[in-house]
Parts: sequence; structure tokens; C-alpha cells
Amino acid sequence: MTLNTSRRGFLKGAAAATAVLLVGTRPDGAIAAANAENTALNPFVKINADGRVTAIIKHFEKGQGPATGLSTLIAEELGLSMDQIDYEFAPSNPQVYNNLLFGPFQGTGGSTAMANSFVQYRNAGAAAREMLIQAAAQEWGVASTDLSIENGVIQGAGKSASLGDFVAAAAQIEAPAEPRLKDPSEFRLIGNPDVRRLDSEIKGNGKAIYAMDLHLPNQMIAMIARSPQKGGTVTGFDDTGSKDVKGFIRAATLPTGAGVVVYAENTWAAMQARDALDVSWDLSAAETRSSDEIRDEILAALEAEPEYNVTKADQAATLSAIDDAATVVERTFYFPLLAHAPMEPLNCTIEATADGGIVLHDGSQMPTGPHMALAQIFQLPMEKIQINTLLAGGSFGRRATPDADYQVEAALAFALTDRSRPVKLVWSREDDLRSGYYRPAFGHKVRVGLDSDGHILGWDHRIAGQSIMKGTAFEAMMVHDGVDHSSVEGVSDTPYQIPGMFVGLTDTKKATSTLWWRSVGHTHTAYAMEVMMDLAAEAAGVDPVEYRLRHLTGGKDQERLAGVLKLAAEKASWGAAPDGRTQGIAVHKSFGSYAAEVVEISGNAEDGVKIEKVTCAVDCGLAVNPDVVKAQMEGGIGYGIGHVMRDQITLTGGEVDQYNFPDYEPLRIGDIGAIDVHVVPSAEAPTGVGEPGTPPSAPALANAVARASTDLILSDLPMTESNVSFV
Amino acid sequence: MTITLKLNGKTHDVEAEPGTPLLWVIRDELKLTGTKFGCGVASCGACTVHLNGEPVRSCQTYVEDVEDAEITTIEGIDNPIAKAVQQAWMELDVVQCGYCQSGQVMSAVGLLSENPKPSAEEIDEYMYGNACRCATYQRIRAGIQRASEIMEA
Repeated sequence: MTLNTSRRGFLKGAAAATAVLLVGTRPDGAIAAANAENTALNPFVKINADGRVTAIIKHFEKGQGPATGLSTLIAEELGLSMDQIDYEFAPSNPQVYNNLLFGPFQGTGGSTAMANSFVQYRNAGAAAREMLIQAAAQEWGVASTDLSIENGVIQGAGKSASLGDFVAAAAQIEAPAEPRLKDPSEFRLIGNPDVRRLDSEIKGNGKAIYAMDLHLPNQMIAMIARSPQKGGTVTGFDDTGSKDVKGFIRAATLPTGAGVVVYAENTWAAMQARDALDVSWDLSAAETRSSDEIRDEILAALEAEPEYNVTKADQAATLSAIDDAATVVERTFYFPLLAHAPMEPLNCTIEATADGGIVLHDGSQMPTGPHMALAQIFQLPMEKIQINTLLAGGSFGRRATPDADYQVEAALAFALTDRSRPVKLVWSREDDLRSGYYRPAFGHKVRVGLDSDGHILGWDHRIAGQSIMKGTAFEAMMVHDGVDHSSVEGVSDTPYQIPGMFVGLTDTKKATSTLWWRSVGHTHTAYAMEVMMDLAAEAAGVDPVEYRLRHLTGGKDQERLAGVLKLAAEKASWGAAPDGRTQGIAVHKSFGSYAAEVVEISGNAEDGVKIEKVTCAVDCGLAVNPDVVKAQMEGGIGYGIGHVMRDQITLTGGEVDQYNFPDYEPLRIGDIGAIDVHVVPSAEAPTGVGEPGTPPSAPALANAVARASTDLILSDLPMTESNVSFV
Repeated sequence: MTITLKLNGKTHDVEAEPGTPLLWVIRDELKLTGTKFGCGVASCGACTVHLNGEPVRSCQTYVEDVEDAEITTIEGIDNPIAKAVQQAWMELDVVQCGYCQSGQVMSAVGLLSENPKPSAEEIDEYMYGNACRCATYQRIRAGIQRASEIMEA
């Protein structure tokens, strides 16, 4: 280590040996640096004395790539190769590690991880670079401008040294307020398609640790017997049968009455003891409706006057224009409840610390939610609650509930113990499908009036369904004038230039807990819009791509949508499908990104559809990691198509009918052919990729199936409900 | 009861009741967590291990039935086929959330062990039982084909 005497005097013994440079922005936005002991900072970059750099990742990793992406931003600005950077997940701290688009709230969602971190993480890397260079310049007596960092080596003026040699010195330097960020022409890692994921190796060799894999010494496993119908409460239980299970510890009713907790020494014992438990329920206030009744209610609401005029449009003018139209195309769509079913069933572990605090170990999508909930449950200040974020085996929105559902269950289960043993709450797949939170059921009724030349005169779009945001902490932010924006996004703000458009919304009663599901409102709005665009094009006698392009003029949104539409069409050889193949197309903007997809099928509804190929074009601004962008599109397409083919959650007498994967069949490898993704080169700021691949996939498939089949009306989803078979 | 298992080349005496799925012995008793719990009904493949070299679903394999078998988990698989698969998985960045991937790798090794050059259709057929909610299927298909090339080289 090369330190001058005065600094050597300042750093003492072990502190110097383990010197760590932490760089980040203060809560007020000012860049700051200090050694590891200073916990008032907001660190994104940690550099150990041995020169090893660790990126502190404020977003959780459910496969969508922020661990790699945010590390790349720091490595780029700091002058590292990707094998010189490690990552770790940030602790829960809503002031320091907040999502800049969410306010003082730490969380991952809305496909915002890269969008809100792009400048923040580059600044942190760039500030670290400048401080290390300044420290070296002082030591060597040369100008900072003569030095650079390449591949983790500080070099220039005939000298070179490891970053570790200057960590301690750099920690004494005031961080630059506005470090110079690289010009995009200087990027070596950002935008480089050869940058690989940092988590590939551990996920391919079984070493990756998910929350489910945590084994704390002396831990108990907790599983919960929940009401078979939502809203039921426990009146009593008999655990005689459970007592015969070796490893069963005890059972206790949750203070909310929502279930009975079974504690056991291991997971298998917990499962068996729960099966053997006999619980009696008060179901007088529980949900009793079937999904057919829910569907009837939604379809009836579509026929009545809408509760809200979403865009304050002139409804009478729209109706009158449609009355005068030469042709009217009309469809009613029903979208069922859907489960998220992430591969790793929900779970988390809670333990007490020696100083009276609580630690939650969780693959947490929105740490601030459970953080606040646990502070309330345990009556502790926020700083006495820590959250250890672990890898998550998927989420698709499920690990982020406004009421922190499973973390609260775990906290209540832990609070019922003497707190001497950690409690790990485990959900089974059956719990996940039956006791879960669902993409709400929605209906759309759309009437489009065309003149004799195929021009749109009026578009009457009615939406009815179960609000996600109402009744939650997000209501104030997401509901305006009674309208839950997540119920209408993708329709009310469509970039299509549609004359005479009216959008009406009616809220219907929730039968289950509703929750955002990969791409939120766009899961149904893109389908309704894009199927109607195809029907309007058909009625107008115009090619579906050409017809869409006619309505995509006049602005940047329209230009970028038209760009991906044309690119996808070109790459898919639109209009020139091989014999026996049929194509369908859809395009949609969501989460700031633009995606167009062409689905190519063989067969038809009656004989069986095979999904041969999907071609996708995406414009997500600057693609920090183009291969991760492609992977997210591939996954988003698979997620959308898998569900629209055959999945739904149904209720009978208030009880969920599906039990496990055999009743909620995941997309399988043979269900879908090649997916060919093209990323539009762009210098615009990065936008979302986790969700935008999903919305166009289902309508592109529907449009292909409708074209291949005779007299097929795809009104009810999944498609198997509208007499489509798949081979 | 005490059951003796031969797992990853070592002998382990474990305490388990008859009827206990091998999955939970591997995860909770032996603390080998690369083998995952996804469904418990042999419907997702996340718990795939090898029994005498053949992929099986450990959530529906009972501990008392495997005392004489050689059990291999993702932590213990290190033959040239496994190395080829894991190298291909990294080259192509097959994984997303990764939770199913131990099972995918174990099944892929099983496939390539009996069919070193599978066609896309043969891959689809063999891998059907391994679900991936992130839908990494196209890369799994490509990963198996790439592993096949690595094995040939």
C-alpha cells in the first residue's frame, strides 16, 4: 500500500487494512464518500483494499437482470472489466435506496430499474473513478488529467497501480459533485452485446441462494392453513392428527383469524402436519360467488352507462358518429383472473437480533412495504428492522403486494412464538394458486364505426373490472377522479390517432385480492386495442400493418411505434409467410418502451394451432445490455402467450378451483418455437424491458389464429374458452 | 428410521420417516439447496436429480426406495456432459430467475447422456416436464444444442 505519512497516521491498524471506499449520493442528491464506518451515506460502490469492486444493487433480482445491468453502469464509468466487479443487494432504506420514480420508497416494478438508475449508478462509478485518480495523482505528483483507469488499473505518466493501492487515500477525498460521465462514444460495456450476466454461473451450478434456500440455525418452518374462501375466519382447530407427525411443534391461530399457523422442524413435517389439521371456519362474511357470476357482473356492467368518462370525451358525439358509420365492428372480451405463479413459491424468514431488532430475509420486490409493516407489527422504529434481500425465483409482480401479505403472515407467525427461533414461512404451490392475489378479471366492449373508405369515425370503448389500486396505499397516487389508471392504461392514453374516441370505465366488486401482473393493465388493454385494430383493418380492406401506420402519425410516440411495427414486419417477412403458416401482428407502448410482435402459426382453431415463430422488435431507448433486453422480450412473450393459450383461475362458490400446475399449466418448451428479437438502436434514455414484451404477444397470437380460422370470435380468454385448440 | 443414502459419491445416514420425499431429505437434512421445490407433484421438474444416472423428480421419489441407488444432485454432477451443459448455459446466458435451472441442467444432462445429438423436436419432447416460468425455452433448446457441439469438439 502506498500511503503518505500523514494519511498513514490517520488510518489506524485494522481499519487501514480493511479500508473500503464507499461512494454514492447523499439523500439530498449530493455526492459523498467515506470509509465503511460511515453509515449515513448512500453507497452504490464499495471498493475493498484489495481492489475488488462491489456494486450495491438497490433493485431486487428476479431474473430481469438489474444485478448485471447496474453493475455494468459502475464498471463502465469506473473503468473495470466485468470480471472485476461483484454485486450485493442493498439493505432496505427508503431514503437512500429508493426508486427515484417512486419517491421515498424502495422497490422494483413498472419496469423502472434501469430507467431510474441509469444516471445515478453511472454518477457513482464516475465519482469513484475521479477520487481514485485524484489520490493517485497526489501520490505520484502528476496531473489528474494524465491518469486514467483501464481494466481496474490506474495508469498514466509512466506509472500504474491497482485500485486497491489508493482506496484508503481516495476515501479521504471529497467526492466530486458532478463527475464527468463518459460520452456514449466511449462506452465499452454499455450497449455491448457480449457482456454476459453476472449470475449465470451460480444459477447453472446450483450455488445461487434464494430465500427458499436459507437455513438459519435452529429455524422452524411455518405453513398456514388459510380459509378455503376469501374472507373466512378461524373458529377453531383440532390438531390431533398433526400431533402424530414427527417434527410437528404446535399450531396457533393467527391474530387476524385468517388462518392457523403450523410450526414444524422441517418443511415436510410442516406440510404433513398442516394436511392433518382440522380447521373450522366462519364463512358468513366469505366470498361465495363463482367466476361465472363475476363474469356476468362484468359483462352486465359493459352494457350499462359507464361509471366514469375516463378522458372526458364527448360520448354523445362518439355514439352519433358510430350511428352514422357505414360499417361497425364490435367485440366483447372477457379476461379471467390469472395467478403469477413464480417458480419459487413465496417464502421468507424472520429472526430476532440480540439487540431487540428484527431481520427479514426475503426476495423482496418492494422492501419498504414489508419494512413499514414489520415496524408496525413489532412496534419498533424503522432502523431496528433490517431486510436481507436474496435472489428471487421469479415474481411477475407477486412479491410486491400493497399489504405485504406474506411478510405480514410471517411476522404474525413469528410474533406468536417466544422469538428464540427464526421462523421461515413457506407457501406451497397450492397456496400460491389458491390463496393468492390475481390479475383482476376485466371485460372490454368495443364498437368501432368506419366510413365507406375505412376511416374510423368513432371508437366507443367500455371497460369494466376490478380495480387494482383502490383500497390500497397506492390509491392516492394511481386513482384520479375515481379512475384507476391501471384499469385503462393502454386504451385511454393510446398513441393511435383515433377520431371520436370515448373510453368508459366501471369498477366491479373484487372477489379475490387483485394485484399487478407482469404489464398490469396492458395485459388486457393491449389485447382489446390490437384485436380491434385488426378487425377495423379487415373491415376497411387494408393490410393490418398499413392500417396501423395510418393511425401512427404526428409525434415521437407514433414515430417510435411505427418504427418497431415496420421493423418487426420486415424481419418476419410480413405478408410472405411460408405455405401453411399464418401471421398475426400487434404493437403496443408500455412502460416507456415500444414493442411490435409478429406471431406465426400453423394450423387453425379447429384442427389445432402450433406457434411456430415469434418475431419481435423493441425500442427501449439505449439498451444497456442488449442480450438481457432480448431475454426479457423472449420471456415476456412466453409469459403472455402461455397464459392466453389456456390459463385461468376460476372460482366455484368462492373457492378457487385450481390446485397446482396440472390445473394451471405453464407454457412448456414444445408450446412455442423460435423467438427472434430485434433491438432498435437508440440514443434515447433507457426505458423498461421487463414488461413491454408481454402486452403485444397475446393479441398478435389472437390475430394470427383469427385469420387462420373460420368464423372464430375470440371473446373469452384463455383461448381454449373460445374453442381454440393447440397442438 | 435411519436410512443410508449414496449421494454425490458419499454415504449419508439420515433420519427420515418412510414416505418422505427425497427432495426434502436433500434440502432440509443434507442442506443441499441446489435442488428446488417448485410444485411437489412432479409437474415442474425443478427438483430433478439423477438416480443411477437417470433424471427423476425427487419430490415424488421416496427416501426408502432409493437406498441402493447412486443419487446425484446439481452440486455433485461433474461429468464432461454436465460441464458442457453448464458451459453452454453460461455462453448463452440461458438463465433468468434461475430457480428452475438446476432441474433444467439435470434433465439436459440426462438427455445428452442418452442422445448426444438431439434434434429440436427431441429436445422439446424430453424437456417437456421442466417448466420455466421465465420462458427461457428458446435458450434451453439452443443451450442443449451448443452443449452437444462442445461435447463433439
